[in-house]
Amino acid sequence: MTFLPLLKSVFRREMQLAYRRRSDLANPLLFFLIVVVLFPLGVTPDMTKLADMAPGVLWVGALLANLLSLDLLFRSDYEDGSLEQMLLASLPPTSLVLCKVWVHWLVTGLPLTIMAPLLSIMLGLPGNALPLLMLTLALGTLSLSLIGSIGAALTVGLQKGGLLLTLLIMPLFVPVIIFGTGAVQAQVAGLPWQAHLAMLAAMTTGSLALSPLLTVAALRIAVGD
Amino acid sequence: MARVLSAVGLDCERDDRHLFRDLSFDVASGEILHLTGPNGSGKTTLLRRLVGISSVVDGDVSWFPDSPERTAEPCEKIWYIAHRPAVTLLQSPLENMAYALALHGIQVPESVVWDALETVGLRGFEDVPSHQLSAGQQRRVALARLYLPLEPDRVRAWVLDEPLTALDIEAVDRLKVRIIDYARAGGSVIMTSHHGLDSETVRTLELGAAL
Repeated sequence: MTFLPLLKSVFRREMQLAYRRRSDLANPLLFFLIVVVLFPLGVTPDMTKLADMAPGVLWVGALLANLLSLDLLFRSDYEDGSLEQMLLASLPPTSLVLCKVWVHWLVTGLPLTIMAPLLSIMLGLPGNALPLLMLTLALGTLSLSLIGSIGAALTVGLQKGGLLLTLLIMPLFVPVIIFGTGAVQAQVAGLPWQAHLAMLAAMTTGSLALSPLLTVAALRIAVGD
Repeated sequence: MARVLSAVGLDCERDDRHLFRDLSFDVASGEILHLTGPNGSGKTTLLRRLVGISSVVDGDVSWFPDSPERTAEPCEKIWYIAHRPAVTLLQSPLENMAYALALHGIQVPESVVWDALETVGLRGFEDVPSHQLSAGQQRRVALARLYLPLEPDRVRAWVLDEPLTALDIEAVDRLKVRIIDYARAGGSVIMTSHHGLDSETVRTLELGAAL
């Protein structure tokens, strides 16, 4: 069997599992919704103040929602032994990991990106910032999923890996959120934002190239022990 | 006879205990290697090292050392059925089989997969989510791939970790017959089990005895 049909069947399985586990996946989205809804209620109803905070609030909410969903990335495959079989498969494990992360983004990052404009109305974000907000969130959540997969792989062998995962991954998430919110805030303030976006895109492509290798190495450690 | 596997100087130490030391053996095609030993003697660890997913065993393992082309990935030609049988509970037996075959790059008509599932006694359960099956039935899902009529050089060795657990008497007998038939057709089997296996091609390797 050639490479592509094989990858297609992996993709189909991951999507199928995501669909059957949809209540788990709804959790991060609801979390995102609740965080953003609570902000105007808890902080201030003043729209101009909210508009200043909007990019940051949306980004923080999306980042935490993404973090919440990472623990599930490899856990069930590790527990039922599928992960061992994936490392023994006849296609490179990096492509399998990339496929899994891609599906993870499709079912968390992409819905978060699509929800963001709706929620940004609640925070009074100017409408002209919406396209850039969505673009940065789409790129940003993809790099969060990619970077997060390293942490998920490192902690998959632990019974309670959630806390460690957060501690390991949080520092790596920081640059992503800085440039993600930076771009949107710059545009709202009428400043040039292209450099922020370029940095964010560079981080996404960088993690696209590096994180599958590191994730596979981490999975081999988790499985091999 | 052509060697399928050659292991040299395997050494495993866990928690200050030597599970096995300087263990060397060959497996020829058509041979069944039966690993025995008490619980905790390192049988599973050894099997995991043989297929290449354990990092706690030192030594060299080479698959198909006599074969001229070394380019092919060895794991493509091996079925490894682990203690955790890699049956995804949210998927039906049919989907599990399709995925296992896809990962090995094996293409067979769907009817063949149905036949294999019927052979292991999962007729009527093909589309039931695996979490609704009993423990023995879940193992049968994993074992069904052993009943596929593949060409002998497609899958040349089986590495089975306790394949007979949780199975009923009839299924145990059927699997024993299947293992012996497979070895007779030129395949090699390396397995752990607490059940005996009666065939002239079985070689027993006992772990944990020399300590």
